[in-house]
Formats: sequence, C-alpha cells, structure tokens
Amino acid sequence: MAEPTIDVRYVANLARINLSEEEITRFGSQLEGVMTHIEKLSEVDVEGIEPTSHASSVSNAVRQDVPVESIPAEGFLQNTPDQSNGMLRVPKVVDA
Amino acid sequence: MSLAASSLSSLRRQLTSGDITARDIVEDVIAQVYTRDSEIGAFISHNQESALAAAEKADLSLPLGGLPIGIKDNINVLGDPCTCGSKFLKNAYTAPYDATAITKLKASGAIPFGRTNLDEFAMGSSTENSGIQLTQNPAAPGHIPGGSSGGSAAAVAGNLIPATLGSDTGGSIRQPASHCGVVGLKPSYGRVSRYGLVAFGSSLDQIGPLTRTVEDSALLLNALAGHDPRDSTSLNEPVPDYTEGLDKGVAGMKLGLPKEYFTDGICPKVRERVESAAKKLESQGAEIVEISLPHTDYAVATYYIIAPAEASSNLSRFDGVRYGNRTENPEDMLALYKDSREAGFGSEVKRRIILGTYVLSSGYYDAYYLRAQKVRTLIRQDFQKAFEQVDAIITPVAPEAAPKMGAAAGDPLKQFLADIFTISANLVGNCGISVPLEPADGLPVGLQILGPHLGEQTILRCARAVEAG
Repeated sequence: MAEPTIDVRYVANLARINLSEEEITRFGSQLEGVMTHIEKLSEVDVEGIEPTSHASSVSNAVRQDVPVESIPAEGFLQNTPDQSNGMLRVPKVVDA
Repeated sequence: MSLAASSLSSLRRQLTSGDITARDIVEDVIAQVYTRDSEIGAFISHNQESALAAAEKADLSLPLGGLPIGIKDNINVLGDPCTCGSKFLKNAYTAPYDATAITKLKASGAIPFGRTNLDEFAMGSSTENSGIQLTQNPAAPGHIPGGSSGGSAAAVAGNLIPATLGSDTGGSIRQPASHCGVVGLKPSYGRVSRYGLVAFGSSLDQIGPLTRTVEDSALLLNALAGHDPRDSTSLNEPVPDYTEGLDKGVAGMKLGLPKEYFTDGICPKVRERVESAAKKLESQGAEIVEISLPHTDYAVATYYIIAPAEASSNLSRFDGVRYGNRTENPEDMLALYKDSREAGFGSEVKRRIILGTYVLSSGYYDAYYLRAQKVRTLIRQDFQKAFEQVDAIITPVAPEAAPKMGAAAGDPLKQFLADIFTISANLVGNCGISVPLEPADGLPVGLQILGPHLGEQTILRCARAVEAG
C-alpha cells in the first residue's frame, strides 16, 4: 500500500480549496493518524473479491423517456450569486 | 403534558375525536420553540406563518393529518432556507423544490415545521461541527446531543415537537437518538427516496424518522417509504403497513449478539444495559445467540475511505457559481472556486474533502478506494451469513453515552472510531433502529437493532418489545 503521507497543499489544489498554512499543518497531522488507521485494510486478503460500489440490488434503473414537469428556471436562478439574462454570470474563463 | 411533548399516535387520536385542532398543536410547538429553544438550540429556523396556514387546511382524514414534523436542515422544503449547517449556504439559499420525503409527508397530511441543526453537511457525530449554532442535549445538559442529526434528536427529546426527520450516512439518526433518549430509525438503502436530501455519501445516505415511540416511527415510515422515479436507487418494492403486527412480541425470534462488538473499547455501563436488554428479550421468548461479524475491525477504515470519497465528489457542486456564498471580486474562475470554498466550509468538511480527494487521486485509487470497496463486499457477506442464522442483531449504538461538549475536539480519529457499531448498516444497506434503554448515570443509552435489507418490520417489532419492557 502507498506511503500514508498526504501532501495536503497539493490535494487542496485538486479539490479547489484554499487552505491557510495553519490548516495545512493541522490537517496534515490529523490525517496522518487517520491514514495510519486506514492502513489496516492492507491486512485483508481481497484477492478475487468483487468491489461493492453501492448496497442496492438495483442496477441500470431507467424510466420512460418522456418529458416530466421540473423546477422552473427562476427556481434554479433564485439562489445564484450573480446572473444576467437568465444565465449564471462568472468571471471571464477564456481570453478573446 | 403539552401537545408538543405528545406522541404522534396520541395526537392523532385527540385530533380525530375533536378534542384538539391542528392549530392547537402547531401553536404549542411554536410556543415551546419560542420559550425554550434558546437554551437547546435544536432549530436553526422556522416559518410559523406557513405552518399555521397549513394547520388551518389540515385534512384529518389523512394518516398524518395536522401533525407537525421538524426537518433536518439538509432536506429541501420548498420556500424554506436549507443551510446544511454551513456558512456556505447561510442566508444564501432558499429551496426551489420539495424533497420527495417532504412531498410524501405533505401528501400524508403532515406539516413540515422548522429546520433542525446538524453537523455541517451531516459530517460529524456531535452537531458541534455546525457552522450555525451549538445544540445542547436536553436529556443531559452540558453533553453533546450526538450527530449529525443532533438538532432533530434534541427537538424531540426537548419536547419541542412530536417528531422530526433526520438523515443517516454512518449513524447520524441512530446515534443522536441514543444520546438524547428517543427512537431513531435508519431505513434500508433504497427504502426512502434521497431526492432533495443534500448528498453526502450517495451510496450510504438514507432519510429516516426520530420519534418518541416505536409506533410513531412506523407511522412516519409508512408515509416516507416507496419508489421515486427521481431517485433511481429507490426500490420499487411494495410498502407494507409498518404499524401492523408491532405488538406481536419477540417470541420465537432469533436475535444475534456479535461477539466482535463486545470488546474492551465499550463502556461497562453501556455493555451492561445492552446485555440486560438482551436478557429481557430472552425472557419474552426470543432466542439469543452469539454470532460473528469477522470483518468488524475493518469497518471504520472502509467507511472513512468511501464516505469522504463520495463526499469530496458530491461537495464539488458547492463552487460559488449556482448557489451559496460567492467570494467577492474573484480574480478569475479558479479563485472564485477556491476562495468561496475556503470561506464557506468549516474544518471538518475541508478535512474530509481533502481525505476523499486524496483516496480518489491518481495513483492511490486502487490502493485505497478500490480496496475499500472490496472490503465492503466482505463486510456485506458477514451480514448476509449472520442473517441466515438470525432475524435481527442487537448491539450498542455507541461505545459510550453522550460525551461532554468539546471532549473530542481536535481528534477526528477518536470520533471516527466511535462510529464502529453504526456504520456497517450503511456500508451494507441494511436497516437499523435505536430504541432507548434505562439511562446510565443519568445519561440516555440506546439499544441498536439491526435487520436485514427491507427487514424494517422485524426490527420495529423487536424495538416495540424493548420499549414495552
């Protein structure tokens, strides 16, 4: 099993969260303890065992492909921090 | 006794006989919340006008006609705020739709009332991780109410409202129910629609009731259970009347005590309570047998890979774009995401997102996430074998009664390890209920009864026998 040290700064970037220096240090040491515990799983023989991704007996549940009533656009837009012309507004993503 | 302190079933009798009106009940709930919730902190918000209006129109011919139900603040109720206990959504989100559980409650005549406190995004087991407020344990002031549905448990235990909904991802209904001395039911995975429940761990989450009595739990499950086209993991299985046969007793039932659960890690008083409950059930005609769940020792590690992994993915939707609080004047798109998430999330949520992102990241996926999913299969097999042998399994809910506030702060592993008895039911999708036993040193203690998938009738019947004593 992999080395149980989390590079918190690197992972925070993957997760798109800024962390303070204090949080980086604190989470690093707290998660060290958690990862040490998690390493227990390497003791288990999982050879030939199928993974369980969810506990339901249902798979490939589909419904009829017919339109159903949904939440109106105003409902979705009522909570957005910034909008314009019925669309969400965000900082420029692509340079012209 | 105040109406707010009554059971749903007794209120129902008084309503249908005409002794009281739905307005009387809602007015009493409002009065209790105003006079006493400042000390408890169970409710984050409530809308008394809409509740009173609903009471005026209550249809008493419906099974829950005119009965107010408190709602955990991670379940969408049209027109109400839904903070998830997070600064991210505080004053920045109004639900544009009803969760299916709410639609079903309303269709049964119930009146959703107020939003109960929780650990932020349901991550925690003390409700101390709420970004909004602290909640006291009404049964043990100075102690935590448990969590994450701590507000829902405290609202019932504090006699503010007859019943509430919670959500349970790793014990978040059962453990606060145990700590506060109320009944808490986690239905089988797929029994209740998750549509409109803000997702934490999608393969683990279930909505369920917290109530004063086992009968009330069954009444609410009647209303909540069933297939929902909007949740493809909800089961298209018939819904029985869960109140039927509640009083049949446990004679002839075979109940298992898992030997791995009764170790040194459990408080002697809690152990004594659970063992004497088992003896009592035996005297009522149940057969008690020792069983083995050999992979118990790996359940916490498995859970704390899978739950944070799912959470890190689910919580990516909180990016400051569509809803919630956005950082002011972000430099660019990336800064908008990163700064909004930094300001909005509390420590526990950030920590779990980091853990979840790590175990899913390139190079670690197989070693952690995939391995955990395989161990999850082994844990599931343990329970399948056990349920070939017994009808239900009885265990403690938590290793100790409600700790003092602040006792576990700063030690996430310690908190995680205390989830050992409840998380397996979520990993394997089974149902479980916590029912109050005699308090120990003045602190409530619950008994957990675990059933097989869709075994709700069995565990409710068994819980009713415990309750009847």
